[in-house]
Amino acid sequence: MPLALVPEPPPTLADTIAAPLPPGGLLATQVTADDVACLWISPASLRPVLASLKARAGSLLMLFDLTAIDERERTHRDGQPEGAFTVVYHLLSLSRREDEVRIKVALPAHDPALPSICDLWPNANWYEREVWDLFGIRFDRHPFLRRILTPPTWTGHPLRRDHHARATEMPPYSLTEDHEQAEQEAMRFDPSVWGMKRHSEHSDFLFLNLGPNHPSVHGVFRIVLQLEGERIVDAVPDIGFHHRGAEKMGERQSWHTYIPYTDRVDYLGGVMNNFPYVMAVETLAGITVPPRAQMIRIMLAELFRIASHLVFYGTMAQDVGQLSPVFYMFTDRERVFSLIEAICGFRMHPAWFRIGGVAMDLPNGWDRLVRAFIDDLPARLDEYDAMVMRNPIFRARTKGVGAYTTSDAVEWGVTGPGLRATGLAWDYRRHAPYGGYDQLDFDIPTGECGDCYDRVAVHVAEIRQSLRIIRQCVDNMPAGPVKADHPLTTPPPKARTMHDIETLIHHFLSVSWGPVIPPGEARCCIEATKGVNAYSLISDGGTTSYRTRIRTPSFAHLQMIPQLCPGIMIADLIAILGSIDFVMADVDR
Amino acid sequence: MTRASLALVVLGPFALLGLATVLTWVERRLLGLWQDRHGPNRVGPGGLFQPVADGTKILFKQDWIPPFADRSVFILAPVIGMMTVLLSFGVIPLTDTLWIAGNLNVGLLFILGMMGLGVYAVVLAGWASNSKYALLGGMRAAAQMISYEVFMGLSLLGVVMLAGSFNLRTIVSAQAGLWFIVPQGLGFCVFLLAGLAETHRLPFDLPEGENELGAGFHTEYSGMKFGMFFIAEYAGIVLISALIATLYLGGWRGPWLAPALWFALKTGVVVVFFILLRAALPRLRYDQLMALGWKVLLPLSLLNVMATATVLMLRATP
Repeated sequence: MPLALVPEPPPTLADTIAAPLPPGGLLATQVTADDVACLWISPASLRPVLASLKARAGSLLMLFDLTAIDERERTHRDGQPEGAFTVVYHLLSLSRREDEVRIKVALPAHDPALPSICDLWPNANWYEREVWDLFGIRFDRHPFLRRILTPPTWTGHPLRRDHHARATEMPPYSLTEDHEQAEQEAMRFDPSVWGMKRHSEHSDFLFLNLGPNHPSVHGVFRIVLQLEGERIVDAVPDIGFHHRGAEKMGERQSWHTYIPYTDRVDYLGGVMNNFPYVMAVETLAGITVPPRAQMIRIMLAELFRIASHLVFYGTMAQDVGQLSPVFYMFTDRERVFSLIEAICGFRMHPAWFRIGGVAMDLPNGWDRLVRAFIDDLPARLDEYDAMVMRNPIFRARTKGVGAYTTSDAVEWGVTGPGLRATGLAWDYRRHAPYGGYDQLDFDIPTGECGDCYDRVAVHVAEIRQSLRIIRQCVDNMPAGPVKADHPLTTPPPKARTMHDIETLIHHFLSVSWGPVIPPGEARCCIEATKGVNAYSLISDGGTTSYRTRIRTPSFAHLQMIPQLCPGIMIADLIAILGSIDFVMADVDR
Repeated sequence: MTRASLALVVLGPFALLGLATVLTWVERRLLGLWQDRHGPNRVGPGGLFQPVADGTKILFKQDWIPPFADRSVFILAPVIGMMTVLLSFGVIPLTDTLWIAGNLNVGLLFILGMMGLGVYAVVLAGWASNSKYALLGGMRAAAQMISYEVFMGLSLLGVVMLAGSFNLRTIVSAQAGLWFIVPQGLGFCVFLLAGLAETHRLPFDLPEGENELGAGFHTEYSGMKFGMFFIAEYAGIVLISALIATLYLGGWRGPWLAPALWFALKTGVVVVFFILLRAALPRLRYDQLMALGWKVLLPLSLLNVMATATVLMLRATP
């Protein structure tokens, strides 16, 4: 009798991980609230495992995130191997959702160190520097293991649990003249330290310090250029000027009061930043968001995507010297903001999402306002197409400039429009639909050659797709509550507080201390304005997060800039910076 | 020299400076209009006194010379910039009988010479500032202005051939029947672009290129020395516009209105067109600018010279 062939799903990367491991290499598997495969391996087997994963998964395996956890004060670590620090490698497969895997390595308290994986994934470079800077974990054979977010003169490693979190925990600060001199001296640029030569065979190079104060670096980004005439020989970016310790603040604020901090990470994204954070908390707490709240969230997130893309569009035109578009686009952005203000009562940083839903229901007449806007914008976008996208000088400045391939993009962890411009139709809203995006219909715009022009074109097309999504939200807005009926939502449900004392006590504690989120780990990703933004939260069963990790798209995007630099002119670099779409707060956090 | 003409020589430059100052306001208001915003509208009626306020402020600024700069050259550079533009105006006929300095029978050559000298202002400023951004701006300026000068001169040859003179008054008189913009359309276009490049206005404002170089060659300048560059730039726009009006648009000629008014009107239209270009266009890249100059505009201006000469010869042979 012929056997009925039941097609078995092919094994995931995590299933096959044991194959190259030496005996005792796989220490444990951990179940997390977000259902991503999570494996603990020994430090010695780290490089073989990662190398074999990369070899087997093909070119679409991205080193999505690399970070660390200080485990020394954590109480809920059931089944996890002993260790003072944990380094987490997060691999994302763009081709198959199930192939996502998180690999953890436990390290001792004294002189924690691991081999560097910069040769496997080039984007590990900055992530390893960040872990060194903030946790003091060494990476052997790293090409340039220096502080990246804190100043070179900093002492201590800020994300260790024993490092102070606020200025009030330190003695009063005073800046003596000697100290100032020393700080200034530490900033001095020495080409040889940064891996650049002073001379070639024929000429001396000019070193140009572009930023951190420069009109075209979009904030406080510094990039040191090695120039021969106006051609760039090499470039070294320097970040950290906008570092505000957002992750450290997450360990101090209650789950609820951290929401406004997220708004300011990608400060053009507004509530888009709340999205992954509240979803991660909801995953930990097991809260299901009601449909109306989901739709409201999506609508607002897409409005902010439009606002952010309009800023991008205008400043990009500005960066190649076109003075006027930015004014028109900021005018449209004002209209988006007046919409957002009408709904949330705040413009740029509404902090309007709540754990379990949104802060309030939509105001009366909201649909009329939104409809007026989405009916009006397409005609204006057509005008901008004629003014910017079809302008021959703009095309001459951006076509063929700063191009990279899909495989380059994946190697460097590039997501968002920068990835889609290379021709890969990959969008996290499609890859792993979250928060209700599976009910909506939209296209994924792509480019062809991944140059500056394509990146702008993808952004513009995405504005139109966002309009389409918003229209579906308006047309199909479900009725019902805007916040889940769950004791851990914030602010907590109040309806029955005046009926029994037990509910009143819980309500009082939840309001004054904040909700106690059950212990666990969860990571939530979204397709933010600039790429994939993710919040990884660890709860130790308290009113604050034990560890808040913010993986931002801009960080990865900036890291690849030097790859595009050799041989281009300064003006091209400015066009590239404009087309990459980053904000420094999103890089430095 | 009569007393009247002496007064003109003394007062003319001041009038020009005043005009250039007002032009800063005109440009900002027009840009505001085209960019859906107000522009300066607070000082005086419609913001008309804004240039006065700006001028006063700039006069009271600290006269700062960076310690690393080459002092004497640093001071000399803006003076050269201002002088060359003002001197050029001397020979432009405002009407049939009115000049600031006088009718010069190689007037056009004189103006081209002055423009050539004007390059020094930018190059010396970039060099004397002893700063990297200024140096890059100065380098760009030198390359740009020297290459655009070549076919600026060439594009004018057609006009000179038609009029048979370098004298600006003769050139205007020769346009009695037909403005030169018609037979010299190609030359006009080339001259317009070269003029934009000479005054380093968008899309050719690479020596300044604020998105790339901060402020380019005048990054280190402040106070009145910056003010001189600033005003010289606007005076330069008026100069190029006046030249276009003179060479291609029939100068002071026109029915009904007073000749001086016609001249002012034509110059004004060209100035506004310059401002409109600034509102509309992005900036070229340095190598694209050079390629456009040498590969497109230079052959075109040569072609223009050849075509004009051919037509003239055919007409001359019976």
